[in-house]
Amino acid sequence: MSTERNAGTNAGTNAGTNAGTNAGTGRTGWPLWEVFIRGKRGLNHVHVGSLHAADGEMALRNARDLYTRRNEGVSIWVVPSASITASSPDEKDPFFAPSGDKVYRHPTFYDIPDNVPHM
Amino acid sequence: MSFDNAYEAITEGSDGRWAFGTGFDNPLAGIDTTVPADVNAGDLALYSLMLGDDALIMSHRLQQWCTSAPELEDEVALANIALDLLGQARLLLSRAAAADGTGRGEDWYAFFRAEHEFRNVRLAELERGDFGELTARLLVFATWRLALLQRLVASRDPVLAAVAAKGVKEVTYHRDYAAQWLVRLGDGTGFSRARAQGGLAAIWPYVPELFSAHDVERRLAAAGVAADPAGVRGEFDDVLAQVLAAATLDVPDVAGGVAGRAGRHGVHTEAMGYLLAELQSVARADPEATW
Repeated sequence: MSTERNAGTNAGTNAGTNAGTNAGTGRTGWPLWEVFIRGKRGLNHVHVGSLHAADGEMALRNARDLYTRRNEGVSIWVVPSASITASSPDEKDPFFAPSGDKVYRHPTFYDIPDNVPHM
Repeated sequence: MSFDNAYEAITEGSDGRWAFGTGFDNPLAGIDTTVPADVNAGDLALYSLMLGDDALIMSHRLQQWCTSAPELEDEVALANIALDLLGQARLLLSRAAAADGTGRGEDWYAFFRAEHEFRNVRLAELERGDFGELTARLLVFATWRLALLQRLVASRDPVLAAVAAKGVKEVTYHRDYAAQWLVRLGDGTGFSRARAQGGLAAIWPYVPELFSAHDVERRLAAAGVAADPAGVRGEFDDVLAQVLAAATLDVPDVAGGVAGRAGRHGVHTEAMGYLLAELQSVARADPEATW
């Protein structure tokens, strides 16, 4: 169980600091899950937070109770935090900075029609 | 129109205050709330109290789990269920006020009635037990209430029908939550199994009362307004048998149950007085307070 918790803590650095710091303190040692919700007007599932649960079925119900109380969602995904391989803040520069000055990668050379949304 | 998080997504558009959500429905929108002319208003008032008090008192027992549930996630789940039931209670107590013609608010029914005026089944009021007992009680309560609400959707009282339509979706989840947990506990360790079986044994004497119809229920059921509880026993037994089989638990061997006049007549267990003292003391200490 402790290995799962460690994995959860690592994923938690990406998934929100609360989840990360609480990951090892659950009374039962249930593994950590990351929750993704698609809102009524949302186009895709968006990460909203994390929770503890013994298995996927329980994680789904806990997610319903924790993250859709205010009419937020129409669909829920739950993923074991241990299954997420996250990029490290230490790698931020080599990972992301090189794309910062490549303006030519953006499709700025033609007009996007007004009726093409979500670009 | 891409969003960094779900809350940004849900607040996109007209409603800027996400804490209050978006797209909420008013369960009584477009409903004619006048009492149908051919329905006995006194009976309807009493029946609304019965259904409303079941929800109010069960909600109170669930609220007592706040800060002491085994896991944070389940604490929120139980609070959600308690709030669902409190919402049903508010609508039903308001319906009682409309039917009895006194114009009293829902709060008066919750805070200023005496014990013998409460019409809830005694299952709801029993002293809080352990998590196994909670799971068993919630499964029995939700299975029974869901069966009633499913029939009340067709009630000739438009308000009861609307409350039932809203409640069916809520209580379906309550039953699912309780069933999931009872299966986990029953089919879990020897310790959790003993707790689950003990919980069932503790509440089982109060099960027959759920299906014993009061005269008001019988009259209104004949008039197409109420759901006759005697008629849902078969469905209840089928659901319980299915869940208990999956949980490897036994149906408790309790003969008869507690007989005589019961919660529907205003006769309660010792636990009810203590419950009401907690529920009502603040409102009674300062009856003029508004909140």
